[in-house]
Amino acid sequence: MAFTLMEGNEAIARGAVAAGCRFFAGYPITPATTILNHMLAMLPPLGGICIQGEDEIASIGFCLGASMAGMKVMTATSGPGISLYSEQISFAIGSEIPIVIVDIQRLGPSTGSATRGADGDIQFLQWGNSGGLPVIVLAPADVKDCYTLTLQAFNLAEQCRCPVFVASNKEIAMTRESLDLERLTLPPVIERVAPAPGQLFLPFQASGGERVPAFLPIGGKTLVRQTSSTHGLDGYITTDPAEITRMLSRMQAKIHAVADQVAMVEHYPAEGAETLIIVYGVTSRASSAAVRELQRRGKPASLLVLKTLWPVPETAIRRAARNAKRILVVEMNLGQYVREIERLLPGKAVDFRGQMDGRLIAPETIVEAIIYG
Amino acid sequence: MDSLLNAARPPVFCPGCSHERITHILDRAFQSLGLSGERIAMVSDIGCSGLFDTFFHTHAFHGLHGRALTYAAGLKLARPELTVVVTMGDGGQGIGGAHLLSACRRNLDLTLLVLNNFNFGMTGGQYSATTPPEAEVGSGFLNRLERPLDICGVATAAGAPYVVRCSAYRSDIAEAIRNAIAFKGFSVVDIWGICPGRFSKRNRLTPKGIEEMLSRLTPFEGQVSENQRREFGEHYRELAAAQKPVPSPQVIAATYAPLSADRQEVILLGSAGQRIITAGEVLCLAGLHAGLNVTQKNDYDITVLRGPSISEMILSPQAIDYTGIGRPSVVVALGPEGVARRRKMFAGLAEDCTVIQAAGVDVPACRARIQPVDFKGQGFKSTDWALASLGVMAKLGLVIRPQMLEDALAARLKGDVLTGAQEIVRRAEPGE
Repeated sequence: MAFTLMEGNEAIARGAVAAGCRFFAGYPITPATTILNHMLAMLPPLGGICIQGEDEIASIGFCLGASMAGMKVMTATSGPGISLYSEQISFAIGSEIPIVIVDIQRLGPSTGSATRGADGDIQFLQWGNSGGLPVIVLAPADVKDCYTLTLQAFNLAEQCRCPVFVASNKEIAMTRESLDLERLTLPPVIERVAPAPGQLFLPFQASGGERVPAFLPIGGKTLVRQTSSTHGLDGYITTDPAEITRMLSRMQAKIHAVADQVAMVEHYPAEGAETLIIVYGVTSRASSAAVRELQRRGKPASLLVLKTLWPVPETAIRRAARNAKRILVVEMNLGQYVREIERLLPGKAVDFRGQMDGRLIAPETIVEAIIYG
Repeated sequence: MDSLLNAARPPVFCPGCSHERITHILDRAFQSLGLSGERIAMVSDIGCSGLFDTFFHTHAFHGLHGRALTYAAGLKLARPELTVVVTMGDGGQGIGGAHLLSACRRNLDLTLLVLNNFNFGMTGGQYSATTPPEAEVGSGFLNRLERPLDICGVATAAGAPYVVRCSAYRSDIAEAIRNAIAFKGFSVVDIWGICPGRFSKRNRLTPKGIEEMLSRLTPFEGQVSENQRREFGEHYRELAAAQKPVPSPQVIAATYAPLSADRQEVILLGSAGQRIITAGEVLCLAGLHAGLNVTQKNDYDITVLRGPSISEMILSPQAIDYTGIGRPSVVVALGPEGVARRRKMFAGLAEDCTVIQAAGVDVPACRARIQPVDFKGQGFKSTDWALASLGVMAKLGLVIRPQMLEDALAARLKGDVLTGAQEIVRRAEPGE
């Protein structure tokens, strides 16, 4: 047994570097700042670039420029900064710019509490873009997830040419934990796909049955256009409804198509359990403790931990809920993801237990919700 | 060199718009620099100036209003060999003012062409950051209330090393733009022109009138001597190359048997400046030396030099799920602010919990075993009490063994600091 002591934010930085990230820009904000600190320590000696922007809008703007120049990029912030990112996020979605965006959630709304955790941005991450196209959001539960899911996030961003969010929480980000680095199972690193040589390059053309356009960088031999405007295959503005429909449908389909591939869940069915607890993020840990206690008291409950929040892992959730009489969704907010569960499981009794006061949800709270309803 | 104009996409500006003139002049500037299209990135944002990227056979990046300089910075840092030319309007200077200031301060090798026509042409001629108060624009009386922005004055004050203010109709403007692009550093060219679609419909503005307006202002003709300095990208790469690589994460092998087979929770309650967090980390490292799973969760106010400082540690032979403290084995009371923040916790402490209570720090009544320690009387400064309390814990056989603590200190500290810390934990005594 050999452990390293590491906080969640350092694990995110190290996972990013392992994924090949060589450009980071961010603006200081608790509880995300230590990602900026770690990237600043790690990237320059590797020949990479780490910049502190004049604000959050600039920080993500730098990243979008560098990503279009061919680099793997990441930025990190918290609720106030994610709000400022919003317009650039829409741009990255609509113009298919790979980027990993880390949101270390803190207690909101607004300035809220800088040093208190919450999971209050879960619907915002999906719907905080104009146009309402789907995004990918991964939610770590511990320091190990911070490392591996960040690497996964880069793979998905590069593969799908889209922003991918890592929805962490102060309670994971700034908590140090023992981590066995040797035992991490990491997927192979995925790179952007260049077009087949000899073909006419159109920056937004997905050919050969693909849903994701091949990528060439701005600054290479072939001229590349990027635009935030509604565009056709060539990257010029279009007003042709048929062309617009094809483009936007493809962007929607490319995320829907990977939904099952992206779906990362951990299912712990318990024999004789009537209730299935559905959780994500740091609350999944209190839920594990609660499930153990319930087993001890002879009131077993099953547990489903979601590591992928968007696209909603619908197949996995339906499968896990098949035999459950009751569903309990527990969140560090006033009820956000429970809406997706209600939508997916009509006819099932779906209960919700939430808490948004800066404290972790305790295992006893979950135990009580199971036993007393 | 050949023209870089895109024959398939000729300019689409209103007849008489000075932007069209600048389009052709920019093409001449590119030609005179001998630049081919793949060596240039045109970066633009929203408004009529945002159409520029479509007229050229170059790389192009068209983004959000006011943010062109942010994308340009990312492109230039990633590809220093690219010539990056940014076109923005006067509107962009308003909405993106923070980026203009920072670009001037940063001095990355970009060229900003401000196509300044004193109003928002695309949306109906509303007032912008540069609209004169006497102008009649699409914003009613509002522009009469605000003073126009002196882009070049601001850029100079913010540190731009190359600043030009000129009329779009100046005879040598191609040369002025060429020189700005050739300059190694951030260059701003504030080009005053006429918007026939909106502005000059209600305001009399001619090339001669622009010249007269300019003649009444401080001229800006290129290099600003007091702002000359190294280009950001080159300087960045030089400093970056001198940075030492970050060592691999420290891996700690299990060399001791843990003291307990159960989950142990420890909470340090102190005040800012007592090195509570560092002591918590050392305790965790001690746990790693016994192969324990550990977590450390800290609680402090957003200000750093006053207020409570609390560190909560869990050490457990089993994987740790919930990281909250429910049933502490040891509570260390080192400062009144930390105790006050966790006051309610004391009533629930179990009888087998030990409270290490620093002399002079009151704790609420509780069932836990109280271990008073006079750290001050033992000659310790308040900043060392947290570390000393770990020595006390080890000597009492609580949670950690002395050897685990010694190894943890050696893993975390070096040199004189290590020697000092070793002395503290060895010397600290539980007392009564």
